[in-house]
Amino acid sequence: MALADKIKLAKQFIEAIPHAKALGMTLTSIDNGTAEISMPYSENIIGDPKTGVIHGGAVSAVMDTCCGAAVMSHSDAPAGTATIDLRIDYMRAATPGQTIVTRATCYHITRNVAFVRATATDDDGDRPVATATGAFTVEAR
Amino acid sequence: MARPRPEPVQVVKQRRDAALKSLVQGVPYARFLGISFDRRGDELTGVLNFDEKLIGNPFLPAIHGGVTSAFLEVTSVITLEWETLWPDIESGAIDVEQMVAGHLPRSPKTIDFTVDYLRSGLPRDAYARATIGRSGRRYASVRVEAWQDNRDRPFAQAVGHFLMPPKDTGPDKA
Repeated sequence: MALADKIKLAKQFIEAIPHAKALGMTLTSIDNGTAEISMPYSENIIGDPKTGVIHGGAVSAVMDTCCGAAVMSHSDAPAGTATIDLRIDYMRAATPGQTIVTRATCYHITRNVAFVRATATDDDGDRPVATATGAFTVEAR
Repeated sequence: MARPRPEPVQVVKQRRDAALKSLVQGVPYARFLGISFDRRGDELTGVLNFDEKLIGNPFLPAIHGGVTSAFLEVTSVITLEWETLWPDIESGAIDVEQMVAGHLPRSPKTIDFTVDYLRSGLPRDAYARATIGRSGRRYASVRVEAWQDNRDRPFAQAVGHFLMPPKDTGPDKA
């Protein structure tokens, strides 16, 4: 499959995910092995109502989606993917009211496994809110 | 000295259930995902009540990996808070009515969380139980496992580290 078609397919797939829709995720950029997904601030994802800071779990959800998108868009990935493991490091609380932007890179891929790194930021793009590293399956077509 | 008369069962149950409910209801994201807790004494089981919006792969279909991760994280944090607060809830040092009114103690903060995806999550309810490996003054380490039909076949497991809130600051203090 041509890379352009693959990227289109990955975009369609990501946008059809019910949970991605429920959290308002948008795929803002996708290319060979990289993806960028944003998630707007909403009441639903708050973890601590006193401060309005979003829950770490919501960050996990975008990170996981973004990493999967990066794998699917890689030129060496034949088809789908599933998460084997994902580690998230939480550096700081996201500023309430701000959109979370995640960027993932599939930096190495073998026949069976794809290795991915990702970061999540809010409006202050220089200080990440969280980073992630994960391994994903490479599904045969 | 005579042993004090035990409290009536409904008083004990009401206090514990109200405290637990206030903790869970205090997390909007847990409500959004439809997470509730079963309690047997001090033992908690997280329940992820299935809903279409939790789907991550509509073709299989399977629960979203991020939902699984969030469910495990919520179960870990609530279990950690529950274990920390339990003695004070039982002794009366914590006023449960204050908790119900929304004055909740500060929560542990996640430092890192690593999820192992063992099988795909089926489109039905899921359960999770967390074990506290260590809960110190500043840091805690928690293991957690989630399953669906069969307790011996978990579909995900995770390990997380948490920063504990300062002990001396009561509810609603800095």
